[in-house]
Amino acid sequence: MTTAIPLLSVRDLTVEFATRRGKVRAVEQVDISIDRGETLGIVGESGSGKSVTSYAVMRILDRAGRIANGSIVFGGVDLGDVSEVEMRDLRGREISMIFQNPRAALNPIRKVGKQIEDVLLRHAQAARSAVKRKAIDALRRVRIADPEERYHAYPFELSGGMCQRVVIALALACRPQLLIADEPTTGLDVTTQKAVMDLVVELTRERGMSTILITHDLGLAAAYCDRVVVMEKGTVVEAAPSRQIFAAPAHPYTRKLMKATPRLGIGLRDLLPGDSSPPASLASPSPRLRGEGRGEGAFPQAQTRGEAPSPGAQARADLSPQAGRGKAGAPLLAVDNLVKEYPRNSMTGAFAKLLGRNPDEEKPFRAVGGINFTIARGESVGLVGESGCGKSTTSMMVMRLIDKTSGKIEFDGEDIGAIPARQFATQAARKRIQMVFQDATDSLNPRFTAARAIADPLIRLGGIKNGVALRARCEELATEVGLPVALLDRFPHQLSGGQKARVGIARAIALRPKLVILDEPTAALDVSVQAVVLNLLADLKVQLGMSYLFVSHDLNVVRLLCDRVIVMRAGEIVEQGLSDEVLDAPKSDYTRDLIAAIPHPPM
Amino acid sequence: MSVLSDDRGQMSDDGRQMSDVGSLVANDSPAAGSSFSDLRPLTSDFRPLTSDIRPQTSVLHHAVYVIGENPVTGFAFALFLLIAVCAIFGPLVAPYDPLASDTAAAYQSPSAAHWFGTDQLGRDIMSRVITATRLDLAIAVFSVALVLLLGGVSGVMAGFFGGWTDRIVGRLADTIMAFPLFVLAMGIVAALGNTVTNIVIATAIINFPLYARVARAEANVRRHAGFVQAARLTGNSEMRIVLTQILPNVMPIMVVQMSLTMGYAILNAAGLSFIGLGVRPPTAEWGIMVAEGAAEMVSGKWWIAFFPGAALMISVFCFNLLGDGLRDIVDPQRRT
Amino acid sequence: MLTQIGRRLATVIPSVIGVIIVTFLLTRVLPGDTAAYFAGPAASAQAIEEVRKQLGLDKSLPEQFGRYVTDLAHGDLGKSLTTGQSVTADIAARLPASAELTLIGLVIATSIAVPLGALAAVRQGSLVDHACRIITTAGVSLPVFFTGLLLAYVFYYQLGWAAEPLGRLSFLYSPPPTVTGFYLIDSLAARDFELFQAAAAQLVLPAATLAIFSLAPIARMTRASMLSVLASDFVRTARASGLSSGTVIVTYAFRNAMLPVVTTLGMVFSFLLGANVLVEKVFAWPGIGSYAVEALITSDFAPVQGFVLTMAVLYVLLNLAIDLLYGLIDPRIRVEG
Repeated sequence: MTTAIPLLSVRDLTVEFATRRGKVRAVEQVDISIDRGETLGIVGESGSGKSVTSYAVMRILDRAGRIANGSIVFGGVDLGDVSEVEMRDLRGREISMIFQNPRAALNPIRKVGKQIEDVLLRHAQAARSAVKRKAIDALRRVRIADPEERYHAYPFELSGGMCQRVVIALALACRPQLLIADEPTTGLDVTTQKAVMDLVVELTRERGMSTILITHDLGLAAAYCDRVVVMEKGTVVEAAPSRQIFAAPAHPYTRKLMKATPRLGIGLRDLLPGDSSPPASLASPSPRLRGEGRGEGAFPQAQTRGEAPSPGAQARADLSPQAGRGKAGAPLLAVDNLVKEYPRNSMTGAFAKLLGRNPDEEKPFRAVGGINFTIARGESVGLVGESGCGKSTTSMMVMRLIDKTSGKIEFDGEDIGAIPARQFATQAARKRIQMVFQDATDSLNPRFTAARAIADPLIRLGGIKNGVALRARCEELATEVGLPVALLDRFPHQLSGGQKARVGIARAIALRPKLVILDEPTAALDVSVQAVVLNLLADLKVQLGMSYLFVSHDLNVVRLLCDRVIVMRAGEIVEQGLSDEVLDAPKSDYTRDLIAAIPHPPM
Repeated sequence: MSVLSDDRGQMSDDGRQMSDVGSLVANDSPAAGSSFSDLRPLTSDFRPLTSDIRPQTSVLHHAVYVIGENPVTGFAFALFLLIAVCAIFGPLVAPYDPLASDTAAAYQSPSAAHWFGTDQLGRDIMSRVITATRLDLAIAVFSVALVLLLGGVSGVMAGFFGGWTDRIVGRLADTIMAFPLFVLAMGIVAALGNTVTNIVIATAIINFPLYARVARAEANVRRHAGFVQAARLTGNSEMRIVLTQILPNVMPIMVVQMSLTMGYAILNAAGLSFIGLGVRPPTAEWGIMVAEGAAEMVSGKWWIAFFPGAALMISVFCFNLLGDGLRDIVDPQRRT
Repeated sequence: MLTQIGRRLATVIPSVIGVIIVTFLLTRVLPGDTAAYFAGPAASAQAIEEVRKQLGLDKSLPEQFGRYVTDLAHGDLGKSLTTGQSVTADIAARLPASAELTLIGLVIATSIAVPLGALAAVRQGSLVDHACRIITTAGVSLPVFFTGLLLAYVFYYQLGWAAEPLGRLSFLYSPPPTVTGFYLIDSLAARDFELFQAAAAQLVLPAATLAIFSLAPIARMTRASMLSVLASDFVRTARASGLSSGTVIVTYAFRNAMLPVVTTLGMVFSFLLGANVLVEKVFAWPGIGSYAVEALITSDFAPVQGFVLTMAVLYVLLNLAIDLLYGLIDPRIRVEG
């Protein structure tokens, strides 16, 4: 058994790409092997080459790509010797692959049933007379309800989760021996992610298939894989059974990666690599921020109960001294019965009746249906929920980028909800509420340098006209967020993701706002970069005395950064309260499901 | 973009689902309105490298690189310079007076004395061709400038503000587009009269929908972009956003469009002249010269129509190549 | 499906209204005395006054517009000074000639351009690809009237292969009995194969000219669209499933790539209807384009108006047909409609 021949054996693989700047090695001397029935996880951040490796195995590299060296042996056959025609036989029948973004992975103008039939017919898995039945069977096996109906559906008629199931059905239709899943759940909600991964594991186990799961999410790898391979910049740095690698990671990169992954039982500082110090911006890092000692403002509730606060709560308490003391005065932000409706379409009821449509369908769509919450000064509140829950709409309304339908938004005593969004840009209150966007690339004007982007609020609202003063202030801000001053004259396409995020943060804090709304600011960042940015955000909050509304789908991150959390679903608030209480002992079933769906690394 | 940044393994700089198609057709994605939304919006599909300090490349560097890589673009630039020289210095360079007729020397085929031969009135064709460069180019430049101003500005407003502006501009563009464009130009020039000004106006009018649509599409895409939202947060009023954020981003695409339309404008003016709706004789203009030579061509005197026609073709070809080259510089994802 | 057609027809109405208004305005913009233009250069002052009354030019603008529309509703486009007949009758008689020419040109162009563009995209960087790019860039640069002249010069004058560019039929033949107005169809219907050949021979050069003209944008769009689709995620899935390259290219890539090409056809039609005018002049083709041009030279404006209006309405209907075709291919549009 221990000397069984592996199903797939990749030895010394090197892949090169011809680019404008010459040959680039995306993957270098990589050794990977997987046995029959095994689930292997390949973990790495962007640029690690994890996807390229699998593309090389399937031989679907881009035109510019080339296997420069190494061998790939599948089931005893050296894939380097195989002709393209034979390779096509192998693809789909012996080795299958599923990708990210399931809806785009399906032909938009072809019925999904037909797409499955194409694969079945190609690999001679069914005669023409029986192929439709087999296709419907394939749909049933991936737990799609009403498979006979769904056979006739087009991808745009299906939800993302259903599309991914169809893609899985396509991949498994011919019962391949190996399934390669390249970030199959990125972009899916956490509950959908769990459902899809459970399905994949169940189907592969019941057929004794091997699976390669390529992901950046350590938790996912830990929960679903037997063995894990860690890649960094095109090479394998560590490969070991799952339990071993999570219990005792050997390589420093693996350790750094694990440390940086938000999980239970740690504080923000613990995300950073052990030898790094907090951002140089802070004049004198308080020992409290490292989690040493119990500062004032520790959770009174926990103290009265006689328990020690959790490390997370401790760290948070240190970072928001006022939060635990109860509201010292009126809240900074008070949202009262906030509603946002969108009309479904522009037809009037009468016309709709004329065309035989049900007039009830024409009722407006309620994105946000009457919510109430407050944010105290210096407090950090998390707003969580899955897609479509209304959290983004809520944050947009609080930001005054869109208008509410009804309700009240009171900020610092002023009713800002009454001012139309179009006019808000030139109000005095504008500089006191700012935002850090999810997609840093999208939020920066491609024609502005970093300095110009940061200077924008200073010019418009800060009244600084003098070029020298402006530049000085930009440099100050850059230093505060840990952005090297030399990068200020670069354009966004010349900056990395983390650097762009910092520019966005510098711009947001330029005018010393009281409230900053952070809309998934680290969702698009690598986990190690995320660790640094989250710490930066926490430090800035203390330093500048700001409040945060942190919108996210990632409960682990929210637990680290936020004192209180609000859980939304379908435009309503399902639950709200202190982070630890809500996340450790949720009252509502929905929150419970949400938490249960998060794959936890066993650390 | 760093090669390694798109970790899905598709290392192509230009393959990321951006289509040439989008700019010409300007369709809104029908699937975007799907009501199933358990997919988190994937604003960025990939995770950028944590630390890559790339060397800076200015626009000039990039331009030189593109030209170097694609010698055809370089050739187009050279050709453009030649045409510009002819336009500017034309009358000085031409060996003969383009209007001087010499019936004794009529119908001479190309020779040492007359490189392009003479026409039915004994005028030197080469001089006429060179002189005509100025007129044809001027017509093209003015009509393109005019339509950029009218179409570009209204398109940006329509795309950014939406609402009634969008509806009005859309209706205007649709009404013009309802006509086969050359036919409309014919109608306009027929109604207004045969002058160069009217040709310029007619050409501008028939190009209006294209410019308005391209400008509208570009402004519309950016209307919801993050940096526009961010600009609102930093205190920019809507008009200021249009001027400082939207226009500079839209301009490069409009410049590409201008270069491509120059060729079309020249062809349009020549076509109108060919059927007698353009410049009046004895003015030297390529289209009219081809018309004058058309009858003779079938009886063997090919040079009268050939050289002006070739001049037309070469200039339009040059502008098209230039437009393609500019498009490569500005937006490599839309390479043809 | 019927509701969808109905809805599309409804969107056509504003376009037609716009067209009618614009053509009406064009006539009123004529420099000088409109009545004089319509009466003709040789008319006496009294004749001009009569024409003025006849055209209702002495009435107010809204009234004139009302008359104009009523006349249109009756199919009255005015009277041609040169032919003496009603413009409607002239146009009806000459339309089939233009239609036949344009359709044949378009069919030839599409049957060459689409495979060329698709092949160029599939075999990127190959000889076919380079040839395609050269052809498309050059083709877009050629003035259509110049191409026609060159073709006539080379193939008729020099090589003697093609027929004399003097209209639909050589003077030796008389036209077939009218069934559709298309000589090719009508001669076949009359089982006159010699006539069919003669008509086809006359069609070759002008149709080739139009084909060369419309080849470029179609090939260009096909190539661009195919390239884009071939790089898409769902084609990657198809490849990863091991589907044969034939299936991938035809069923998965090509069908999706055709969507923007169909939309481009609308634009191509616009160009073609304009190019038609020029080609008809070069080859003395008795279609409505040359009808309008001849009328222009003699300052006979009613035919010009009628021509512009007819072409516009035709174009609107063509676009409608293209929209419907698109809806047939793309199920996403079907649902919305």
